Amino acid sequence: MSNECVQLAHGSGGKLSHDLIKDVMWPAFANEILGEMNDGAQLHISGCRLAFSTDSYVVKPLFFPGGDIGKLAVCGTVNDVAMNGALPLYLSAGFVLEEGFPIADLQRIVASMQQAAKEAGVHIVTGDTKVVEKGAVDGIYINTAGIGKIMDGIHISGKNALPGQNIILSGYLGEHSLAVMGERHGLQFPQSVRSDCAPLNGLVEAMLTAVPKVAVLRDPTRGGLATTLNEIALQSGVGIMLEETHIPISSAVQAACDILGFDPLYLANEGKMVVFVEPESTNQVLDIMQQHVYGSEARVIGTVVKEPRGQVGLRTRIGGVRLLDMLVGDQLPRIC
Amino acid sequence: MLSMTNEEVKKAAAFFTREIEKLASGRSLRLMEVCGTHTVSIFKSGIRQLLPENVELVSGPGCPVCVTPNEYLDTAIAYSRKSDVMITTFGDMLKVPGSSSTLAKEKAQGSDIRIVYSSLEALEFAAKNPDKKVIFLAVGFETTAPTAAAAILMADETHLTNFYVLSAHKLVPPALRALLASGKSHVDGFLLPGHVSAIIGLQPYDFLSKEYHIPGVVAGFEPLDILQAVYMLLLQIHDQTARLENQYSRIVPKEGNPSACRILSQVYQQSDAVWRGLGKIPNSGMSIREKYQAFDALLNIPIIVEETKEASQCQCGKVLRGLLQPSNCLLFGKACRPEHPIGSCMVSVEGTCAAWYKYGAGRWQV
Repeated sequence: MSNECVQLAHGSGGKLSHDLIKDVMWPAFANEILGEMNDGAQLHISGCRLAFSTDSYVVKPLFFPGGDIGKLAVCGTVNDVAMNGALPLYLSAGFVLEEGFPIADLQRIVASMQQAAKEAGVHIVTGDTKVVEKGAVDGIYINTAGIGKIMDGIHISGKNALPGQNIILSGYLGEHSLAVMGERHGLQFPQSVRSDCAPLNGLVEAMLTAVPKVAVLRDPTRGGLATTLNEIALQSGVGIMLEETHIPISSAVQAACDILGFDPLYLANEGKMVVFVEPESTNQVLDIMQQHVYGSEARVIGTVVKEPRGQVGLRTRIGGVRLLDMLVGDQLPRIC
Repeated sequence: MLSMTNEEVKKAAAFFTREIEKLASGRSLRLMEVCGTHTVSIFKSGIRQLLPENVELVSGPGCPVCVTPNEYLDTAIAYSRKSDVMITTFGDMLKVPGSSSTLAKEKAQGSDIRIVYSSLEALEFAAKNPDKKVIFLAVGFETTAPTAAAAILMADETHLTNFYVLSAHKLVPPALRALLASGKSHVDGFLLPGHVSAIIGLQPYDFLSKEYHIPGVVAGFEPLDILQAVYMLLLQIHDQTARLENQYSRIVPKEGNPSACRILSQVYQQSDAVWRGLGKIPNSGMSIREKYQAFDALLNIPIIVEETKEASQCQCGKVLRGLLQPSNCLLFGKACRPEHPIGSCMVSVEGTCAAWYKYGAGRWQV
C-alpha cells in the first residue's frame, strides 16, 4: 500500500476505507479502546462511563433537500455517541474555511447547527476556526467531536450480536444519499427524496430506558445498511439473514436507484439505525420505536444466525438467497 | 409486475421454477444472458439458486465496460495527462485497468477527470470551461449511443468548439454473430437485452433463429421477467423450435425506437471495432460521420499512446465469450478482487466476475 495514492474510493466507508484504516492508521494507533471498533470510544473515567466520537464533514453541495452541512455535522456526531448507548452532552466544532467563502452562508450553516443541537439537547462548548487559501479546501469543512454519558446498565457493542436476535431497522433507506446526489448533479428526483438527517438520541434514550437489554445499535451511514451489517457480522463472528421484502425502501428511492443502477442497501443514511435485540423484547422495542417520529416506520428486517460466520445473506423477493457483501469503493452510475 | 404482491411474486416464481425443472429434465443446457444488467439481476435476486443445476446461465459480451479494450483505456489515460484536457466519463470507467494505470489513479495524481451522469452534463462542463478541451468517453451499446449522438448534435447547434467524443460505442447483434461464427461458444438459447432492444427492435436478431436455429427471448430485468424468459426459452428448446420472442413487450416495441435510431445514423456510421476478448468484429462499432468530425477527439487532439499490454493470466476474454465461468479463473477472488481488479470483468458493476464475487456465488450456504 505504501506505493499507492489515496483515491476517492478510500473514503467511501466500504472495503477500501477498512483497508486504509487497517494498514495505515491501526498499526500506529492500536489500543484496546480503538480495537472495539464501535461508532465511538467507550471510556471509563473515575467510575463514569463516557462515549466519545468524532467525524469530519466535507459534503458537496453544502445545502441539500432536508439539510445542510451544519445539520449533518451535529446529527452525525450526536448519533455516533448515541449508538454507544450514551446520552450525548457536549460537542466541539472545528471549521476549515476557504478564503472567499460567503459569511452569509456561514451564518446559515451555524444557525442550522444551533437548531440541530437544540433539538438533540446538546451544547457546542468548544471550537476552532482556520481559514486557508482559496482552492485549498472546497468552501467549508466541519469537524465535530461529541461526548456523552453511557446510560447505567447499558452495554452496547458491535460484538454483542448473537444467533436468534432480531434485527430492527428504524425506517426507509437511501434518502440522504439520493437527496445529496440529486442536488449535486441536478437530477430531478421526486420532492419526497429528502435527506433523513436527524438526531436519534431521543429515540435511543426512550428505547434503552424501557429495554436496557438491547445488544447492538449502529447507524448505517456511509456504505449503507449492507456494509454496516457486514461490520457487525465480522465483529461478532455471526451470520445475518435478511428478508428483502421486509426492508423499507420508498418507491421514489427505488425508482431513482433503478435508473442510476444503485443498490439502496449501500446508500448512506443520516437518520436511521439498526437495533439487535432478543426475540422476547422485540415487540416492546418495536412499539417504542414506532411511537417516535424518527422510528415510525421501524420493522424487523432479519435475524442473526450462527453460520456462515461474518457473512450477510439476503432472502430475495422471489425466494432465492444471495450474499450481501460490503461496499467496495463508491457506488457509481452504470452505463447501460 | 411491480403491482404484484410479494405472495403473488413468490407463487409465480415457484411456478416458473417448477416448469423449468420439468422442461429441462434429462438434458444439460447453457443459456447466455447477453446484457450486464441481466447478469446483475440474476445474481441479485438469487435466480441461480432457484434454477436446476443442469440449466447453466453464462454471461455474454453485454457489459460495455468489460468489452472496451485496453487500447481505448490507454488512449483516455494519455488524454487525461494533458493539462488542457478535461475527461468526462461515467463512473464505471474510472477503475478499469489500462496497460499501466487507471483513470482513478490519474485523477488522484491531479488529472482533470469528472464523473458525469449523462453526455449532456459533459456538454455543460465544456460550456463552463472554454479553456479546456472536454472529452466525453462514449462507451456503451445502442442504449446509450443515441444520447452521445444527441450531445454532438447539440454541440454543433450551439457552436461549442471545445467538446469532443472518444467513441467506443458498440452494436450488440454483430458481436452475437461473431460469437456464434467462432463455433466455440456452445449456447442453447439467448436472453436478449431489453434496453438495447428498446432502441433497435427485434429484427436485428432474426439471424439467431434463421441462420443458427437458436432460440432468443428479449427479456426485462425484474427477477420474474428473467425467470419467465428462461421458461420461454426452455419451451422452445423442448419443442425443438427456434423463434425470436419478446417477453419484454411492455417496453420493447417490435420496431424499436425509430427516432433514436435516426439520431444514431445521422451522427454515426457503422465501422469495425475491437472488443476485449472477441477481437476485431466487422461493422460492430460506431464512428462519427464526416459531417461531425470536428467533435471526434482522435481526429482533433493529437496524442501519443503507450504500447498496449494485456494483464498476464487475465481470462476476461474467455469469460466474455461464455467459455469460462469466473470461479474457474485462477485469479478470481485471489489476485483479482473488486478492490484490486486485474481485468475489466471484475471492475464494472455489470461485470460477470464482479457479480460472482459480490453476490457470493457458492459462498452463502442456504
